[in-house]
Amino acid sequence: MLKYIIKRIAISVVILLGVSIIIYTMVRLMPNDYVDNKYASQLQSGAINQEDIDRFKALYGIGDNSFEGIVGGYLKWIGNLAKGDLGTSFKYEKPVEQVISENMWISFAIAIVATILQFVIAIPLGIGSATHQYSIRDYVVTVFTMIGISLPTYFFAAIVIKVLSVDLGLFPPNGLLSATANYEDSFAGSLEKFIDIVHHLFLPILVSVFLSIGGLMRYTRTNMLEVLNADYIRTARAKGLSEKTVIYKHAFRNTMIPLVTMLAGILPSLFGGMMITEQVFGIDGIGRLAYQALREGDIPFVMGYNMFLAILTVIGTLLSDIMYSVVDPRVKLGK
Amino acid sequence: MEDMKKEPTVDQEVEVIEKETFKEMSPFRLIMRRFFRSKLSLIGLIMIVFLFLFSFLGPVIYQKWGETEQDKKEVVKTTILEHKVIDEFGNEIIITQVLEHSSSLNSLASPSKDHLLGTDADGYDVFVRIMYGGRISLTIGFIVVILETIIGIFLGGIAGYFGGWVDQLIMRIVDIFNCIPTLPILLIASALIDSWNLESNQRIYVLMVIITIFSWSGIARMVRGQILSLREQEFIVATEVMGLPTWRRIFVHLIPNVMPQLIVSMTLGLGSVILYESTLSYLGLGVQPPQAAWGTMIATSNDPQVLKYHANMWLPAGVMIVIAVLGFNFVGDGLRDAMDPKAKK
Repeated sequence: MLKYIIKRIAISVVILLGVSIIIYTMVRLMPNDYVDNKYASQLQSGAINQEDIDRFKALYGIGDNSFEGIVGGYLKWIGNLAKGDLGTSFKYEKPVEQVISENMWISFAIAIVATILQFVIAIPLGIGSATHQYSIRDYVVTVFTMIGISLPTYFFAAIVIKVLSVDLGLFPPNGLLSATANYEDSFAGSLEKFIDIVHHLFLPILVSVFLSIGGLMRYTRTNMLEVLNADYIRTARAKGLSEKTVIYKHAFRNTMIPLVTMLAGILPSLFGGMMITEQVFGIDGIGRLAYQALREGDIPFVMGYNMFLAILTVIGTLLSDIMYSVVDPRVKLGK
Repeated sequence: MEDMKKEPTVDQEVEVIEKETFKEMSPFRLIMRRFFRSKLSLIGLIMIVFLFLFSFLGPVIYQKWGETEQDKKEVVKTTILEHKVIDEFGNEIIITQVLEHSSSLNSLASPSKDHLLGTDADGYDVFVRIMYGGRISLTIGFIVVILETIIGIFLGGIAGYFGGWVDQLIMRIVDIFNCIPTLPILLIASALIDSWNLESNQRIYVLMVIITIFSWSGIARMVRGQILSLREQEFIVATEVMGLPTWRRIFVHLIPNVMPQLIVSMTLGLGSVILYESTLSYLGLGVQPPQAAWGTMIATSNDPQVLKYHANMWLPAGVMIVIAVLGFNFVGDGLRDAMDPKAKK
């Protein structure tokens, strides 16, 4: 087991190196150069000249876009990473790890609530669909959840904002706090602030839950159907156990085994933020920050963010493989 | 001797009974029958056929407006502006200002007989642009899925068949592509091709290549897994004994056995490619205006005025995306159930 984990971690390091090389090369070749953009107006007005800009670029470490320049820049980046330094974000002018850790939590708060709701809603729906296969209930649930999968985030967000926010005025369309509000520095004040945040986050959470229920629900349904056809379920029924015991004690527990593999996907989505949802609803989570950094060519932050996601994916996959052997004793690790 | 004579008659009886209770069916017909039993797969198929006719035949039949043809009709337009004022008592008063002016461009028109779904801010006919947007989305979807399947079959087949270091190498590459966050890398890549200043048609080809590069890894992994288990079976040993060349063993005897799973993942993949393409277009990094794309049409909803008053500009395009993705998902699910050998007849 330990040997297996060590081997997997060694392979993960190689994979992450590959990921970083690809992303770094592509980010460096991106056209929207941060320095060009930042000093464009000053260049136009004649306050500084092209030589100054080239000097700034060299200072930022992005001056030389030839092959050697990119290789050199990459080596420098990876060298700093080995010392635990992800570099300083151009745009936010703070160390990248600080920007990530400061803005991660609002995304995490949305994601954790959305994920819990997703599980609480999707699993019972999936079980219900499986036990009533081909019934009206099955069809209705399937169609609705499939529509959820098929909706583009930004489109569903636009509908939700239009109906619930613009037309009915129930929820604010974007932001995290009401612009005009002032909160006292007391318990009542912070409670009020908390309620305001919840009020603002209702729509983003609604959107992300509705869009993600489908996958989990289909997964539960398929696994449940498979388990319900197993011999031991027939045995349980033959023993005269109640249908409830058969489904929730015998079948459902075995349905949970493949659900463990979902861990791999959940980890990055918990901490990585949702680029489009946060962008549409104007929430300054890590996803929106990354999107803006990407648009402006903030190389250290884009690199840091993408590597953060890649590391989460690697850890998630490893965890789900280990969990699989913990949950299902028939699975042996160590190939 | 008498006993011997009796036996054939018994056999004949059995045969007669067999003929009455069994009906021979080819595997293809079995799959078709199972596929059409589910109402959802039928609905999905209808949705896709409708979409194809609408996008590819639609513009041929309905030629009133072109994809980039502006309606230059003289119209009187009203602009509605809202002003929020707070009076001295703290009451919020909303003043709606209605301005009328004439314009030589029939833009932002409401749905009418002339423009079935109205016009957008540039005076283009929304209905016609939805048809052209469908062409782009479906074409990109199909080409990307075919390309990624070819790459996936090739690399996955080689990795699964040869094993050893070839497998290790290819699977590590698959892992690398699997770990790269898809949406950010697609955004980076699209921003990158921005700088090449391509013509809009060439840009779409490059877009297809980019989406392919970052989405083939799943198919390669699936093909490899299937082939790993298939190559241990007797019929592959038989091909070895027969002395067939390696490429023939892989691509004629192994790959066709992976086909059912491949078809399912291709169908489901179509939906996700369409979603990625429209997301990129929505963010302004995919298909570029004036060419029509569903994503860019939905992006008009970022303007609060359009969001509030001109739902005809963005809602239909979104509905089309849902129809497309939903249709492919229904068909993919139906195919998976129909091709599952464990399923009941």
